[in-house]
This record gives sequence, structure tokens and C-alpha cells, in this order.
Amino acid sequence: MRFSTLARHVREGGKSVVRNGWLSFASISSIAVSLFILGVFMLLSLNVNKLADQLDSQVMIRVYLKLGLDEAKIEEVSREIRRIPELKTVTFVSKAEGLERLREMSGEEGKEALKGYTEENNPLPDSFEIEVFNPQTVAVAAQKIEAINERDPDQPIMSVRYGAGTVEKLFKVTNALRNIGLIIVAGLAVMAMFLISTTIRTSIFSRRREIEIMKLVGATNAFIRWPFFVEGILIGLIGSGITTLALLFGYSWLIGTTQKDIGLYLIELASLEELGWIVAVSILGLGIILGVWGSVISIRKFLRA
Amino acid sequence: MIEMHDIWKTYPDGTVALQGINVVIDRNEFVYIVGPSGAGKSTFLKLIYREEVPTKGQISVNGFNIGKLKRRKIPYIRRNIGVIFQDYRLLPKLTVYENVAFAMEVIEAPRRLIKRRTLEVLDLVGLKHKAGSMPSQLSGGEQQRVAIARAIVNNPAVIVADEPTGNLDPDTSWEIMKLLEEINFRGTTIVMATHNKEIVNTMRKRVIAIENGKIVRDQQRGDYGYEI
Repeated sequence: MRFSTLARHVREGGKSVVRNGWLSFASISSIAVSLFILGVFMLLSLNVNKLADQLDSQVMIRVYLKLGLDEAKIEEVSREIRRIPELKTVTFVSKAEGLERLREMSGEEGKEALKGYTEENNPLPDSFEIEVFNPQTVAVAAQKIEAINERDPDQPIMSVRYGAGTVEKLFKVTNALRNIGLIIVAGLAVMAMFLISTTIRTSIFSRRREIEIMKLVGATNAFIRWPFFVEGILIGLIGSGITTLALLFGYSWLIGTTQKDIGLYLIELASLEELGWIVAVSILGLGIILGVWGSVISIRKFLRA
Repeated sequence: MIEMHDIWKTYPDGTVALQGINVVIDRNEFVYIVGPSGAGKSTFLKLIYREEVPTKGQISVNGFNIGKLKRRKIPYIRRNIGVIFQDYRLLPKLTVYENVAFAMEVIEAPRRLIKRRTLEVLDLVGLKHKAGSMPSQLSGGEQQRVAIARAIVNNPAVIVADEPTGNLDPDTSWEIMKLLEEINFRGTTIVMATHNKEIVNTMRKRVIAIENGKIVRDQQRGDYGYEI
């Protein structure tokens, strides 16, 4: 294909959007509306995901050491633990720190009860606080830590706790939230396709005759298809462009009001910087795909005959 | 130019349109195809521009055996055949200029050449001043002249016209016929199906009469031969 022919196809595609008037308008708005609904659910689902991640990330392993280990032994255990690849951070909490924390947490009444304990008679064990990279692997990581005892005749680890049972339930809930979000978004994408294909069906009849005429004049299928292809891209781009702008402005407004005016601190919305790109790229991409898909199927039938 | 040997055509619904057509049309001829409605005239023309394939027999146009043509080759042989119809068949969303230029864009002619040649043929059919109009703004005769301009813009060897004056009043019909005669005079073969007795009888060209899918008369300088 000559470059001038390609330029011609682009020109014709653009002209066609303008000259088809209300039909283009109908296609653009059906893409814009269905993608807007999709986008709202996407934002919702991404925020739920973020919330789920936050909940997950609070999962932590606590390793309590046997009482009376010397520093060299603690150092050795610490080295052993740090060797486990799943672990993100390993923080040593000495028994003195542990006592201090306990005092802070138990309030006035507790202070009374803990009064008698000092450096010398501290009953608490030394411990490690451990975060893992992927919270879902916490059980595996805990097992690996426990396994240190099997290799070491001193059995330096007293116990490993990560909230077994509770953690599994939490993951069930957060995973369910993620999956529901995904299903809704996928369902809406299918709905958008149906909505757009009905809009396109109305334009098919006017196109049928045009395509017949083009063929009589000796146009190849590729020659006929190109401007429709360009038209689809343009319609998809305009429709999804409108949607993207609306979503981004709407979302930044929402962040503004919830965070400043209402002061909804409990639920922290993901920032526009975090989500903006994902939303913009996927909505624009989907829009272009829908537009092209729509205009290609609307002519495919007549090109075959 | 056009040769048909023992051409038969049966449509999928069982209608028998042509039964053993043998004909040779030479370069630069002007041929009228006459006959009652449903006799097979349109099928005869459709075979020439490869809208239909014969059920049996051989057809060649411009030296190409078009009965055996692969589907994707069809566009290329159509570029050498201009077609004109009773209902004009212009692209409704394109201007007069764009409709004619379309036939040249299809063959990927350079843009400057497209512009020059399109304006030239629009001038020839007397519609240069309507280049920017939409087809819906034109009269029937003007639309048919645009269709003729489109048909000749690539200098085809053959023009196939299916009742080009069918929707036009007598005066306008004569304008169209003068144009076609002029085009024929410049060297293009014209095959035209018509019901217009006056035109056939006045122009005195070769007349082929088709009835029931068979050629019943083939006459140089012939007449219409039917009373309507």
C-alpha cells in the first residue's frame, strides 16, 4: 500500500465519523457510558484490593526464644531465620523491650500488676517480629522457622505464632473480595460489548449498500476495510477519552471531599497517582478495542459475499 | 473483447436465467440487450462484470477467462469495466467529486492525477460546477451523469449499463445517450440493457434480443422489435 493511500484511509475514516453524525454519536456515547460504569467498578475494586492488601500486610510472625539463651546463640538463631527467603523484615525484640511494651499496653491496672518485675526477674522471653513479603505464605514461613529447632540440639525456639486459623479466615475474605471485583469487572466488559454490538447493528444496513457499490467499482476488501478500521479507532478513542477524563476528575474530587471535608480516616482511598494510570490505560485500551471490534464486525459479513 | 460459449446459468433457488448463450462482442461495439422483463438481460450483464458466475460454459472479458477467476482477483478485473445502473448507485455520504475520485483511489493513483482526471471527466459530463454537492442534492439525470463519470474515469475497456435511462424522463434520457455515444466514439465498448424503444430505434446499433434465457435475435443496426 502506498503511503498516500494510507493517508487517504485515515482521512476517509475521520470524515466518516463526522458525516455519520448521530450514528457516530450513538456509538461514542454507548462506549463512553458502558466504560464509565466499568471504570467506576474498576476504581471500587482496586480500592477493595488495596484494603485487602492492607489487611493482609498486618499479618506478622512472632518467634519466642527459649529463656536464658546467651547473645551468641541469639545471634546464631537470628542468622538462621534471616536465611529464609520469604521473610521481608526480622526485628529483634529483647525481653526488656517486651516488658516495656506490655506495660504500655496494659494501662493503669496492668502497671499495678507488673510493678514487681524488673530487669532481673523479667519473665518474658526474647523474641523476633517478622514480616513476610507475601502475606499468603505466612504459614510456610512459620514452618520453616520452626524447622530450625530440628537442626539445633539446643532447641532455641520456644514457639512460633502467626495467628493460625484466624489468618486463613482473613485470607479467605480478602481473596473473595478480590475475586468478586474481578468477576463484576469482567461481567461489565461483556455487557459493554453487547451494548455496542446492538448500536452497531443499526448501522449495518446503511453500510451494506455502500460496500456493494465500492466492490462494483473494484475496491479490494482491504481497501474497504481500512477506513472503517480508522473510524472504529477514532470512535473508541473519543468515547473512552471522555470516560477517562470523567473518571479521573470524579475520583480526584472524591478523594478531596472524603479526605478533607468529611475526614473519613478509616478508609483510606488509593491516590490518583496510584490508580490514574491503570484506569486511563485500561479504559482507553478497551475503548479502542471495542471501537475497532465493532466496526470490523459490522462490515465483515458483507466483505465475504 | 467479450466472448461467451454455451453459457448456462441456474440460480440456487432453481430459476433458470440463461440457456446456452453464444455471443462475441468486439472492441468498440455498441450493443443493446433487449427483451421482456425476467428474460435474462441482467444476468447476462452480471456475468460480464463478474457479479455472477456461469453454471456452465466459458466467458472471457478482455482476454481473461473470468469464469475461473479467484474471488480475490475480482476487484482487479472490475477496474477495467465501468458499470452504470438504473438506480445510479452513488455513495450517499460522499460528494460528487469524491464519488468519482473513489474509483481512482481504489487503483491507488497519485493524488494529483486523481484531481486532474476527476475534474476532467466531471467537465466532460457537464457537472464540474457540482463537484462539491452531495448526490441527494442532484436530479436523477445529474446523478446518472456522475455515475457515468465514475464509470469512465479509469478509461475502462468496457462499460456495462443496466437500464441507465430507466428512471429518467425522455429529454434527460437523450442527454445520457449522447454521453454514452460520445464515450463509445472514443473507443470504449458499451453493452447496455434497455426497455427504451425510441432510443434503440433511433440509434440503430447492434441489438441482441434475449427471451427465456436464449438469444432469439442478433441484428446489426437493429430495432427494438417489441411493442410496449
